[in-house]
Amino acid sequence: MHKILEKRQLSYDKERDQSVYYFKVEAPEIARNRKAGQFIIFQIDETYGERIPLTIADANAEEGWIAIVFQTVGATTRKFAATFNVGDSVPVLVGPLGKPTHIEKKDGIIVCVGGGIGIAPLHPIVQANHKIGNKVVTIIGARTKELLFFEDEMRAASDELIVVTDDGTYGRKAVVTEPLKELCEKEKVSEIVSIGPAIMMKFCVAAARPFGVPITTSLNTIMIDGTGMCGCCRVKVGNETKFVCVDGPEFNGYEVDFDNMMQRMTAFKDKEREADHKCRVGLDAGKVSA
Amino acid sequence: MSEHKTTEMLQAEAEKFWQDLEAKKSAGTKLTPKDRTSIPPQEMPSQEPMVRAHNMSEVALGYTETQARVEAERCIQCGGAPCKKGCPVGVPIPEFIACIQNGDFKAAVDTIKQTNLLPAICGRVCPQEKQCQSFCTVGKMMKSPEKAVAIGRLERYVADWERANNKITVPTPAPDTGKKVAVIGSGPAGLTVAADTRRAGHSVTVFEAFQKTGGVMVYGIPEFRLPKAIVSKEVENLKKMGVEFKTSFLVGRTETLEQLLDREGYDAAFIGTGAGLPKFLGIEGENLIGVFSANEYLTRANLMKAYDREHADTPLYDAKRVAVFGGGNVAMDGARMALRLGAEKVYCVYRRTRAEMPARAEEVAHAIEEGVDFHFLENPTKFIGDEKGKLIGVELLNYELGEPDASGRRKPVAIPGTEHVLDIDAAVVALGNESNPLMKQTTPTLEVNKRGNIIVDENQKTNIPRVWAGGDIVLGAATVILAMGEGRRAAASINEYLAGK
Repeated sequence: MHKILEKRQLSYDKERDQSVYYFKVEAPEIARNRKAGQFIIFQIDETYGERIPLTIADANAEEGWIAIVFQTVGATTRKFAATFNVGDSVPVLVGPLGKPTHIEKKDGIIVCVGGGIGIAPLHPIVQANHKIGNKVVTIIGARTKELLFFEDEMRAASDELIVVTDDGTYGRKAVVTEPLKELCEKEKVSEIVSIGPAIMMKFCVAAARPFGVPITTSLNTIMIDGTGMCGCCRVKVGNETKFVCVDGPEFNGYEVDFDNMMQRMTAFKDKEREADHKCRVGLDAGKVSA
Repeated sequence: MSEHKTTEMLQAEAEKFWQDLEAKKSAGTKLTPKDRTSIPPQEMPSQEPMVRAHNMSEVALGYTETQARVEAERCIQCGGAPCKKGCPVGVPIPEFIACIQNGDFKAAVDTIKQTNLLPAICGRVCPQEKQCQSFCTVGKMMKSPEKAVAIGRLERYVADWERANNKITVPTPAPDTGKKVAVIGSGPAGLTVAADTRRAGHSVTVFEAFQKTGGVMVYGIPEFRLPKAIVSKEVENLKKMGVEFKTSFLVGRTETLEQLLDREGYDAAFIGTGAGLPKFLGIEGENLIGVFSANEYLTRANLMKAYDREHADTPLYDAKRVAVFGGGNVAMDGARMALRLGAEKVYCVYRRTRAEMPARAEEVAHAIEEGVDFHFLENPTKFIGDEKGKLIGVELLNYELGEPDASGRRKPVAIPGTEHVLDIDAAVVALGNESNPLMKQTTPTLEVNKRGNIIVDENQKTNIPRVWAGGDIVLGAATVILAMGEGRRAAASINEYLAGK
């Protein structure tokens, strides 16, 4: 069983009524074998729950836990955040899935760019690069101050941390591509790793292109099994159809068809809104009766 | 379309034949082969087509006792048992039918279980008309394989009888050997290996990546063709025998095969991970919204229970006009599922003709009865989307049959200039699977062929010591019974190896 050991709310987006939560969960086998860049799939109900992929944000093999960070964007994540507490168990948790990040010693610096919820999956990659002695400059960004998280964790694992917000309420008033470009101009950048919303990754690729710096992006498409069986997560990469779950989740950013990916992610948008609405009504009703 | 006969009507017909047979028997006359072959094949009772096309309950309802007794009397016990040769696991068919003729259903099912551990499942999903029944002497005498003794329906009857009457005898395993067997995958191959190795007294753990056990029998084959309660009963029986199941455990990732063997102390491992990597067409537009692999389409509905809109969180894609591509069982499942999920029009596009379809004859017949519109000798050339990337149509090309190809089937040849568009809002691609790369990715020394299927010897042994493999990961996409056959062979070899250790 995967007992919840710690639960924290990392941020709250008033405008969209969305929160980001951090759950530390008992999972000794996954903790032992996971590597940077890999993800898990969880369900909050074994029979009727949907399968949600989440990249592992942190782990400790000795203590046998992994950390997951998620945003309450749909019915399942909302229910998970609202009804699961420390001591409860996550009914279904499978992983680690996907290919690990390729980490090797580089001459130049590694720039890690995380936007919004993408900051969480970026964390282990920053850690792993730092650990083998790469010089890591990390850029984290969000729309506004309240939405930032993992600042301390990222600072601890990076040689330099640049924080930006769209509205300038914290750190530098900029989007992540601005400091990224500046670094490419000034420094010898060996690799860029970019994780965040598809549109942000697309712009990071555009920013990197003139400099010819290799850029890795991690895709968060819709999945069901996460083992290559269903093909739901497929996306066009270098004109070939690739499965994010077994061929990825990381791909050469220059080859990813982000427009195709963004379109495919809207496949169930209407349904999600419907379910989200139903869920919120359900949760509110729960509060009243409790 | 012929008129639908209800169970009551079929029972009444069977009753008449039964009384005739009884009269002859009580007069002391032995039934002659002619008496037997003059009994018409007993039709399988089923839900009314237009009703069942909108519910998830099982379509085929199973014989009544009288029907089963009458059908069994059609077997002339020809000697030589040609039917048995058509069975991949060599079920003693004439023997089990003789038991039914004697009215001993328990003996019949026990006879089947000597070689086939999953009769309730095989009775439902085996392509009998291509296996046992295609060799049946009665069918040959009547010059029609459709008039062969309905071996599959009889198999199903006795297995269902046993389950319904709580007569299942769970085998007692041999005394503990202290040896550990890891079974990877809980589909038909894995369950068979688990049963046979546990019976020999080994401690057995089955690892399943999904949250539920049963593999393709749970995520792929729909409820209306194979009720999930039947699969879970089989798993329950294995648990009673002491087999341990670990779900949500992806061998290769959660722990590698090497870790299981070296760290967790397993003495032998069997890989039965299935085919699992859907093939797409490689044509324009296949990544549009609304284009699904059959695996995704069926997994959403079956395993994730998305058809239960009230309770399930996994969404369905609403579509009124659905086209399914392919001619196998999975294509039939996809097309019939689409009807049940509310599609108004369902097409099945297949580039050959009905005669070449690899699907079970009964499934094709059922699909036609339920109103699936077949487009034979057509094949898609591209999917067409709107400005938001949503599927709105498919361009098809007409085909004709040319010379036979390597598979012995006549090769479909495109007729240039016959492009035409079919308006659809969902497409389900059921063209089979390639082998899943996961085991190979995480076990680099494992030898696979150029199609990614694991290479095994005649005992299902892989190139890695203490590791066996079987089922679709070895065969490519095959059937439940073939997977089971491989499982039996592997288990025998594992047991032999562990006994000598």
